Amino acid sequence: MVTELGHFALILAFLTALAQAVIPLVGAHKRWPGWMAVAEPAATLQFVLTSIAFLSLTWAFVTSDFSLRLVTLNSHTDKPLLYKITGVWGNHEGSMLLWVLIVTLFGGAVAWFGANLPPSLRARVLSVQAMIGVAFLAFILFTSNPFLRMGSPPFNGQDLNPLLQDPGLAFHPPFLYLGYVGLSMTFSFAVAALIEGRVDAAWGRWVRPYTLASWIFLTIGIGLGSWWAYYELGWGGFWFWDPVENASFMPWLIAAALLHSAIVVEKRESLKSWTILLAIIAFGFSMVGAFITRSGVLTSVHAFATDPERGVFLLAILAVFMIGALTLFAARANVMQARGVFGMASRESALVLNNILLAVSCFVVFIGTIWPLVAEMVFDRKLTVGAPFFNAAFTPFMVLLGLALPVGAMMSWKRATLKPILRKLTPVFVLALAIGALAWAMQTGRSALGPVGLFLAAWLIGGAMVDIWSRTGRGAGRIARLIRLPRADWGKALAHGGLGITMAGIAAITAWEAEDIRVMQTGETLEIAGYALRLDDVTREEGPNYRATVADFTLSRDGREIATMHPEKRVYPVAQMPTTEAALNNGFLRDIYVVIGDPQNSGGWAVRTYYKPLANWIWGGAIIMALGGALSLSDRRYRVAAGARKTPQAAQTAGEVPAE
Amino acid sequence: MKRLILMLCLIAAPVMAVQPDEMLDDPALEERAREISEGLRCLVCRNESIDESNADLASDMRLLVRERLVAGDSNAEVVDFITDRYGEYVLLNPTKSGSNLLLWLAGPVMLGAGLLMAGVYLRGRAKAPEEKVTRLSDAEEDRLRDILKD
Repeated sequence: MVTELGHFALILAFLTALAQAVIPLVGAHKRWPGWMAVAEPAATLQFVLTSIAFLSLTWAFVTSDFSLRLVTLNSHTDKPLLYKITGVWGNHEGSMLLWVLIVTLFGGAVAWFGANLPPSLRARVLSVQAMIGVAFLAFILFTSNPFLRMGSPPFNGQDLNPLLQDPGLAFHPPFLYLGYVGLSMTFSFAVAALIEGRVDAAWGRWVRPYTLASWIFLTIGIGLGSWWAYYELGWGGFWFWDPVENASFMPWLIAAALLHSAIVVEKRESLKSWTILLAIIAFGFSMVGAFITRSGVLTSVHAFATDPERGVFLLAILAVFMIGALTLFAARANVMQARGVFGMASRESALVLNNILLAVSCFVVFIGTIWPLVAEMVFDRKLTVGAPFFNAAFTPFMVLLGLALPVGAMMSWKRATLKPILRKLTPVFVLALAIGALAWAMQTGRSALGPVGLFLAAWLIGGAMVDIWSRTGRGAGRIARLIRLPRADWGKALAHGGLGITMAGIAAITAWEAEDIRVMQTGETLEIAGYALRLDDVTREEGPNYRATVADFTLSRDGREIATMHPEKRVYPVAQMPTTEAALNNGFLRDIYVVIGDPQNSGGWAVRTYYKPLANWIWGGAIIMALGGALSLSDRRYRVAAGARKTPQAAQTAGEVPAE
Repeated sequence: MKRLILMLCLIAAPVMAVQPDEMLDDPALEERAREISEGLRCLVCRNESIDESNADLASDMRLLVRERLVAGDSNAEVVDFITDRYGEYVLLNPTKSGSNLLLWLAGPVMLGAGLLMAGVYLRGRAKAPEEKVTRLSDAEEDRLRDILKD
């Protein structure tokens, strides 16, 4: 019953989206206020209906309703409640439903908080957003319906993939989707502005919260995924340049570029057409990501060919939206005249450089990701593009970005003089150089990545500090002024510093990781990077839906015990799958990472131990970056609802200014 | 969810990456073996090197690499030996030859083009005559005051 209700609500949501896509658009064109006003209640209704559908699916999972095909395939009565809920999006159909729910949530946000938008723009934005809703709701209803029933329901389900039964991965998709789909909002704003034929500073300001929010969510989502891979996969890798990872990384890079170029539109009314283009491309990459992960095209062309229905549908959605938006862009781009005049050395130029580096690095990731496909189809070469390519081709862009960032961030708008900036940054540069040199001297015959990474990190973190300190002016009371600085300033400093911290972590773990693989008997001790690790015991335990082999290790340094560690090997009998649960001893400067392997024929156990310097800095930096974004988002000058509380009359008068 | 397919590799065999019994006694040779295996793809996996992979096939390939090293091959000879048998597909680092040059050069060329275009654009901006500031309409002035008050 609940299931049918959800199914019905989803169909109604589809019809609502259809209406919302057409009526406000016509209304905005003909200037009929009544038609334009349809957009807001429709957006709310669409969100409510999709929520009902999502909740009823969740209900089916929580109550283990195995008459639903999806629940049977992905759940089990023994599964903990948390994973019954997260299991809703731990599969294709449910995750697409979550995707659409977020599309309607963002549409709703514009309806609820967009009172300060001119009515025609708001109607058009909501109409474009509804078109996206129509496309994906149709995708769900026609190719991936989560509400399909089974003829003869089984007594129990087939369980969720045990690797997904983990907090890190359980919350990784919702964050990523919030990010991906948040970019649909900037896309809608861009297309609406093109239809409207008007892009101005106000547009830049309206788009900013959505771009920033998507970027924050993508940062958290990617960070969670990488952290999960680190502790779960059993060798402490944190990034694999896997196509599905790249699918989430490309929108992140473009969102970061968009974030910066929108500032130029907002403050200086320049880079308008470029920003619109970025907003279109950003959502394009989100959909490319959906296509890559959902169609299986990159896993194998043959897998795609045998079940092409979903892939072709997604490809069609991608093509329609991109071709449509880019055609509109080509037709209208000349309307957007650049206004601002600025010198070669200026904040504007620095942000242009930022955009080039981010956009081209994204392009490199893109071409590396699709190259195997291109090579097979065009050149008939079956080849692989793996981590070594990306490390070699992508890293230089990040080095350049890191080098230029502190200088660019301190430049003033219009015309900047470099000398005072360089003077302020000299101490940081010298310090960073010294740190890099020290690292170089302490290591022998290793890659240059470690020292270069630490140099860049110190340069970025120090640069961010100097930047924010220099904003406090001169004379007494600088500390007080520092605290009172706008949140956007603090956000900028934190985000840039966070990038430095992440770079330090990546460089250190890549350059100075230590590894030990051996067979250990109970009672034996191994040494790694100055730490001693003793295997005390190995026992078997029963979990709620798995069986585990648990080892007890004692970690000590200089004869002093630091911690006990318990790595596990689990077997999930229903899913017939083993997982490794590594034991980590987290520290500020290093992680000790232990994995227990199989029992050996000769007695004893295979044990793998890693010393991972600055490992936590990778995710710490990501958290700080996201925090910086959140601070910036909460700056009252940029609040989404700014002006929403104002008298609606003010918005009304502004709205009557004819659109050009 | 996203990594589901990557994960399928793990189902293949419940063993882990490099095993203690696979490792060579000579640390220098073992080091070279690790270095080589990091650049070779596990054929049944998704973008995983044989060094990381848990699949049986990866284990066989690791042993093969070590066999060749013990037999006295140089690193390049080992890689050639493997590539002859399994094809270009095993190389995680695509060769810098033939059509692959497009792949390798795409980034630098795009960067050059981007910088060139930006240079032209910035030069244009720097030389553009300062525009007359268009006055705001009364309604816009009102609205601006309203926003600034907030």
